[in-house]
Amino acid sequence: MLKTFKLGGVHPPENKISAGNAIEVLPPPKSVFIPVAQHIGAPATPVVKRGDLVKTGQLIAKSSSFVSTNIHASVSGKVKRVDFAADSSGYPKQGIFIDVDGDEWVEEIDRSEELVKDFDLDGKAIIDKIQEAGIVGLGGATFPTHVKLVPPKGMKAEVLLINGVECEPYLTSDHRLMLEKADKILTGTRLLMKALKVEKAVIGIENNKPDAIQLLTEKSKTFEGISVTALKVKYPQGGEKQLIKAVTGKEVPSGALPIAVGAVVSNVGTAFAVYEAVQKNKPLFERVVTVAGKNVAKPSNFKARIGTPTEVLIEAAGGLPEDTGKVISGGPMMGRAVSSLNVPVTKGTSGILLMENKEAKRNEPITCIRCSRCVSVCPMGLEPYFLKVVSEKQVFDRAEENRIMDCIECGSCSYTCPSSLPLLDYIRFGKGKVGQIIRSRKK
Amino acid sequence: MSNLLTVSPSPHIHSDDSTRKIMYRVVFALIPALIWSVFVFGADALRVTAIAVIACIAVEYLIQKYLMKVKPSINDGSALITGILLAFNVPAGLPWWIIVIGAVAAMGIGKLSFGGLGNNIFNPALVGRVFLLISFPVQMTTWPANQQAGTDAVSSATPLAVIKEGITSGTPVSQLFSEMPAATDMLLGNTTGSLGEISALMLIIGGLYMLFKKVITWHIPVSVIGSVAIIAGIFWLADPQSYVNPVYHLLTGGLMLGAIFMATDMVTSPMTPRGQIIYGVGIGAITISIRLFGAYPEGISFAILIMNAFTPLINNYVKPKRFGGK
Repeated sequence: MLKTFKLGGVHPPENKISAGNAIEVLPPPKSVFIPVAQHIGAPATPVVKRGDLVKTGQLIAKSSSFVSTNIHASVSGKVKRVDFAADSSGYPKQGIFIDVDGDEWVEEIDRSEELVKDFDLDGKAIIDKIQEAGIVGLGGATFPTHVKLVPPKGMKAEVLLINGVECEPYLTSDHRLMLEKADKILTGTRLLMKALKVEKAVIGIENNKPDAIQLLTEKSKTFEGISVTALKVKYPQGGEKQLIKAVTGKEVPSGALPIAVGAVVSNVGTAFAVYEAVQKNKPLFERVVTVAGKNVAKPSNFKARIGTPTEVLIEAAGGLPEDTGKVISGGPMMGRAVSSLNVPVTKGTSGILLMENKEAKRNEPITCIRCSRCVSVCPMGLEPYFLKVVSEKQVFDRAEENRIMDCIECGSCSYTCPSSLPLLDYIRFGKGKVGQIIRSRKK
Repeated sequence: MSNLLTVSPSPHIHSDDSTRKIMYRVVFALIPALIWSVFVFGADALRVTAIAVIACIAVEYLIQKYLMKVKPSINDGSALITGILLAFNVPAGLPWWIIVIGAVAAMGIGKLSFGGLGNNIFNPALVGRVFLLISFPVQMTTWPANQQAGTDAVSSATPLAVIKEGITSGTPVSQLFSEMPAATDMLLGNTTGSLGEISALMLIIGGLYMLFKKVITWHIPVSVIGSVAIIAGIFWLADPQSYVNPVYHLLTGGLMLGAIFMATDMVTSPMTPRGQIIYGVGIGAITISIRLFGAYPEGISFAILIMNAFTPLINNYVKPKRFGGK
């Protein structure tokens, strides 16, 4: 029996249409917009100004606090301006516009493809290099990696979980990375293990990627302490808490971090970025992005520079299909619909999904028939129908009592609701309000 | 760019399941039992079902359009189900006007007075049935003969009524059994009773289909049937001359219809598996109490309605198993 998490979960059609297509390197675009807030935490502070010449990999915005990250130029050229523009959230964010000129990288970066497996850095030095390189969780949550590697006082990591689940439909960027960069991911995992001082790492991969499971199982034999666990396909297994439950059987308590059960979770993309940062001195300025959708001419996995406009990736995948009704940054379950094709690729962009008009519109919601499916699919054991009602009626104390803050916003409830009720929309609103109430209580 | 993009929060895909599809799956699951009752009661079964369905849909339409002044929602399939279930819960020979009164009670009092689909506390078809049982006790207990059983009688008593009357008058169970159909006949439905309740087998087939299609889960039917079997079994073991064996309790009356189709009504049953088990055991216990000690031979309709009333309370106190413990 394959392992999986226990409570809830759904099985949306997988549609991994780009899984067979190798990662293609996308050349730098004509210009980029690099937001200074691409991570959870404080935005970075720009350290370049209009007219400055920058090289690829050069620091352009500096981490402003512990929970923040450095931002590097993803291209070489001239800083056009430091200004506000919309990112995938639709809100204007500060960022740096660069007009591209050639592709000159900073000298320290080792651009050879040669695998550097050995390392003699100590844990502290590894964490410093990770922090320096501006690495964040590449699975989409974009939490600064160096922060995760320093457990809070009194807590100790016991196991590192590498997330190769990729449970979102359509997305194949992690899958391709595992197939093409297996040794580097494994080396990155060893680096993370050393930084965390753990002896054990487990790579969790869903069973719909048998080639990746086989390859990594084979290769991991030469890496001490690393093993691979095949998981039964179920959304949202890529959720941190669900993955920990599936692999270790432990449940992270309500409101606590994974470290409470001795686990730290990193994405395979993050492990690869760690390898590049530590062994090759390469900051995080490019990532693998899947471009897919039912009508996309050439579903692809691109290695794209951070700041590349969405439009450029769509063009490279065969252009915008006639019937496109929605463009999503990320996967169909948790991604964000963008309002403009100028939105840049950021560190958290795992895919760009083009949906046809027909799919883009929601069904008309009708009344709740209390079928209880939302309760049975909720991976956190919540009652979405009830949280919806108390959020709508603004009875926030009831929402808090019923653990609205545990919601991971996976969307399984809205996905499954036969009455097409936008349950998660209401729950998000309720979460926002309850969060405010909790913060004001602490003051 | 010429075409505008839709911007909405996640998730961006939907399971493609709908309330309507669920309703029609229930209707589909009711078909085997309906076919059996046409086989047993002839065209009368179809007549009663058709009148009940048309009346329920018409009452919903008229009330929504003229009293509530909202857009009628008659094509969501729920009035159709209530109609069929109402018909299933009455004798096949019932006059048309009584059926119409039942439909008015079911839809008007049972459903729309609470605000319509999703808001009613009590199972509408059972509200209709109990309303009729209390208002027209004679007509509601005049059972047409089973045309397949080969008797010439115009009407006959249901096995449950035979047992109730026999035991109250002090006849030992062993003697009563000579007047009763065999267990296999009751499983198949070679007996008499309300239109849709007679064949346990056909109802179970429909129930398995709903389980397979994930319209229902096992929790409610199993806990109702299990608790009836256990409680009836205890009494039977204690005194086999005064109490019938649990197999007869399971196969007679509306137990299967109630456990599989009425108690599982989504709107009026609890939301969590644990809550559903509490609810199911409650129904089983009340049913068997009425059957053994009450004035009526059958009790599942009352049992379901009583537990319907507890559903909001159960939902309030019985929470799902939370991730990450307490």
